[in-house]
Amino acid sequence: MLLELSSDQEIFRDTTARFLTSRVPISEVRSLRNHPAGFEPDYWREGAELGWTSLLVSEEHGGGSVSGGGLVDLTTIAHEFGVHAAPGPLVPTNVVAGTLSTFGGEAHRPVLESLLAGTSVAAWCFGPAVDTDGRGPAGPRCRIADGEVVLDGVQRPVEAAGQAHHILVTARAEGGLTQILVPTDTAGVSIEPMRTADLTRRFAAVTFDGVRLPVEALVGEPGDADELLEYQLQLAVVIGNAEAVGALQTAFDMTLQWAFDRYSFGRPLASYQELKHRFADQKTWLEACHAVNDAAAAAVDDRSPDAKELVSAAKAFIGDYGSELVQDCVQIHGGIGVTFEHDLHLYLRRVTVNRALYGTPADHRQRISTVLENRKERV
Amino acid sequence: MTDAIEDVESFRLRARTWIRANLRPLEPHETLAPTLALPVQTEEEELAALARERELQRMIFDAGLAGIGFPREYGGQGLTTDHQRAFNAEIVGYEYPARLQAPTFSPCGAVLLDFGTEEQKRRHIPAILKGEEIWMQLLSEPSGGSDVAAALTSAVRDGDDWILNGSKVWTTGASTADWGLCLARTNWDVPKHRGLTVFILPIHQPGIEVHRIEMLNGSTEFCQEFLTDVRVPDSDRIGDVDGGWTVGTRWMFHERMLFNSPFVSIPVGTSPGEVGAASIVNVARDTGRFDDRCVRDLLGEAHMLELVGQTLRRRIGRGVAAGRISEQSAAITRLFAGVSSARKATIAFEIAGPAGAAWTADDGAAASCGDDFLMRQTSCIGGGTTEMARNVISERVLGMPRERTPDRDRPFRDVPRSASNRA
Ligand SMILES: Cc1cc2nc3c(=O)[nH]c(=O)nc-3n(C[C@H](O)[C@H](O)[C@H](O)COP(=O)(O)OP(=O)(O)OC[C@H]3O[C@@H](n4cnc5c(N)ncnc54)[C@H](O)[C@@H]3O)c2cc1C
Ligand SMILES: Cc1cc2nc3c(=O)[nH]c(=O)nc-3n(C[C@H](O)[C@H](O)[C@H](O)COP(=O)(O)OP(=O)(O)OC[C@H]3O[C@@H](n4cnc5c(N)ncnc54)[C@H](O)[C@@H]3O)c2cc1C
Repeated sequence: MLLELSSDQEIFRDTTARFLTSRVPISEVRSLRNHPAGFEPDYWREGAELGWTSLLVSEEHGGGSVSGGGLVDLTTIAHEFGVHAAPGPLVPTNVVAGTLSTFGGEAHRPVLESLLAGTSVAAWCFGPAVDTDGRGPAGPRCRIADGEVVLDGVQRPVEAAGQAHHILVTARAEGGLTQILVPTDTAGVSIEPMRTADLTRRFAAVTFDGVRLPVEALVGEPGDADELLEYQLQLAVVIGNAEAVGALQTAFDMTLQWAFDRYSFGRPLASYQELKHRFADQKTWLEACHAVNDAAAAAVDDRSPDAKELVSAAKAFIGDYGSELVQDCVQIHGGIGVTFEHDLHLYLRRVTVNRALYGTPADHRQRISTVLENRKERV
Repeated sequence: MTDAIEDVESFRLRARTWIRANLRPLEPHETLAPTLALPVQTEEEELAALARERELQRMIFDAGLAGIGFPREYGGQGLTTDHQRAFNAEIVGYEYPARLQAPTFSPCGAVLLDFGTEEQKRRHIPAILKGEEIWMQLLSEPSGGSDVAAALTSAVRDGDDWILNGSKVWTTGASTADWGLCLARTNWDVPKHRGLTVFILPIHQPGIEVHRIEMLNGSTEFCQEFLTDVRVPDSDRIGDVDGGWTVGTRWMFHERMLFNSPFVSIPVGTSPGEVGAASIVNVARDTGRFDDRCVRDLLGEAHMLELVGQTLRRRIGRGVAAGRISEQSAAITRLFAGVSSARKATIAFEIAGPAGAAWTADDGAAASCGDDFLMRQTSCIGGGTTEMARNVISERVLGMPRERTPDRDRPFRDVPRSASNRA
């Protein structure tokens, strides 16, 4: 998160921080482990009132940012989600709300309103947003004929599919990538819960078997979703990263405190140079994680030409170095660090799951090399 | 201030217009290959290159673009780090006086600005900004560079003068520099930090012998100096007598902040002394390996490290400038730069393949990746080692307990020394 927030941003962030502290303390997060949705509906509704789902939505549609940069503002919320290991589908709901506000038609307006009000959440099937070199299922396909869209195929994992009323699906059509807003109760949609490394977030495998919808369900121009999908991916990555960085911040702070409190051989762990140097590395990586994701968020808000490479650099760096950082926190905790009783794993889980979603670090390094390749001239 | 400061965009335009009209665009081969600091050159080549740089600096000065962060009364522009950053973006791809930037403008110029007397500043800063004076740092000694405050070079008062004796080492470019900033011991009877004083002195004078040192890649820009009864007037003292550590702390701060300084021009996307990610792309092209998925992974990593390094420098720079974090946090950027540069050198070497072992000019950017790999650790040693940065971060930024320091409260003359430096 930025070292300097404006006073409006600071108030905005702090309101969510206080809400999360009181509504989902760690004891509550632990008890949500067995909750089918992972969160209570009124928790999400009250969060929406604090602005959790409105930042990427235009003012005309009832949204609006705090600072003019909606994604930068949203990263302050996502950061607090990470700091508190808080539940709730922040990434998919915001991606879908932002998309419906910019590209959705009149038919989508009621859905957008319910997302803004927090009375429903949304899921997002991003399909082939990241080239994974042939790994994983091919993703859904669709045909458009006689005023209808027919959708087939499987997507997994999809965050919050089991809790959402709508899924924004990316499908391959003859003309190219196409996006469709699918109500989850449509005939032919089946949602199979999956197991996950996170305690409170829920993922599912979604199957579309001859799902038929009127063409009004299309979002944007059919066959023309490539750019839109790229933009959605950038949003998703930046929000997920901000959450991971919040979780890293808590894990680091806890571990530093532990090093002062825990003694071995008559000295605090914090007095051993070997451990001090590891904390110095951790601190450096942590600051670097903050820095690159904040720069990526600003670049996406500004639609800057370097947004793609910054977003992928942030994902690759936070994925790799963030994982090493939090695993080293476990290491420095010793035996207690691998127990369920200790809280460290709540943050380890967040960082771990976010690393694997929306493209792995290796996938994003490939994306960066594609950016480099497309720079024709030698530099 | 009465007159408003020039806004960044109009400054940028002014710089752009002048640069395009007056500076030579670089040829592809000049930016082609990954290179670490300290190129291998003959003495004549080195002197010719420096003469050209002095000339360029004079042109920049005459154009009203020199010393962006230095106050106007000393010939600078009185502008900010944001203006410097705009200039850094505009200078990309053009010839510019690369070697004058560090250590001349900073840390040396910056330290003069912080601690120099009015007379010292008027005498040296304009000369520095005109390219007339090239400076170097006389800091490290054969007895140790990390523990800078344990300097053995002595300065003894003699009337209005000081007499300096001792040796400095690992000084970059001393043989071609004009002036030096020198840390010396003025009091042996107090703990080490309280007995130091900083002086300035002309390098080329009878009492100073400068020897070149060959580095393992053949470069001879590294030097050692022997000072024998060098007489320095008290008017060339910087800061208080025995107040050298106050100066030294700022000096090292400027050194760690080089990449984020309002005093130094560094073309955007380049990191002098580091292997640049852009040049690693050229290695992949020239070895025909761009399509190899493993190579693309490495290229992605190198570029990632570069982008992260740039954004980290900006975060820490702004945080320090705004007083949100301590100046000691500059060690964070220093550590990241050292470690990531070493990794990039490894990546370039890896992609170069067998050309890393033996090469000809036909290997293009892949030539000399082997030499760079040999020099890899310079990025973690020069400017203070990465271990020192880790000590600063853990102790000063995170507040972890200090290492045992038997020298802390003892008169310096009683402090244990390395085997080779015992009296
Ligand atoms: C899977 C597993 C199985 C185990 N099975 C058994 C078993 O069957 N029987 C049994 O008795 N125990 C068992 N243990 C316990 C294990 O031996 C201890 O966890 C381990 O010795 C570390 O001790 P600690 O957890 O108290 O951490 P601490 O000793 O508190 O250490 C915490 C951290 O500080 C570091 N540290 C401590 N002192 C120093 C120092 N001087 N210098 C540098 N770093 C230092 C440690 O390396 C560690 O990273 C098991 C642990 C695990 C994880
Ligand atoms: C390319 C380059 C350019 C340079 N230019 C200049 C220059 O212009 N002017 C100048 O004055 N100097 C210059 N130097 C010197 C540089 O500042 C020193 O080499 C550096 O500070 C290390 O000092 P040293 O070589 O004496 O190593 P030492 O201080 O002897 O250290 C040896 C090793 O021990 C480690 N170490 C030492 N103390 C500790 C500790 N307390 N905790 C953990 N580890 C420790 C160090 O990190 C290092 O790895 C340059 C060096 C290089 C490589």
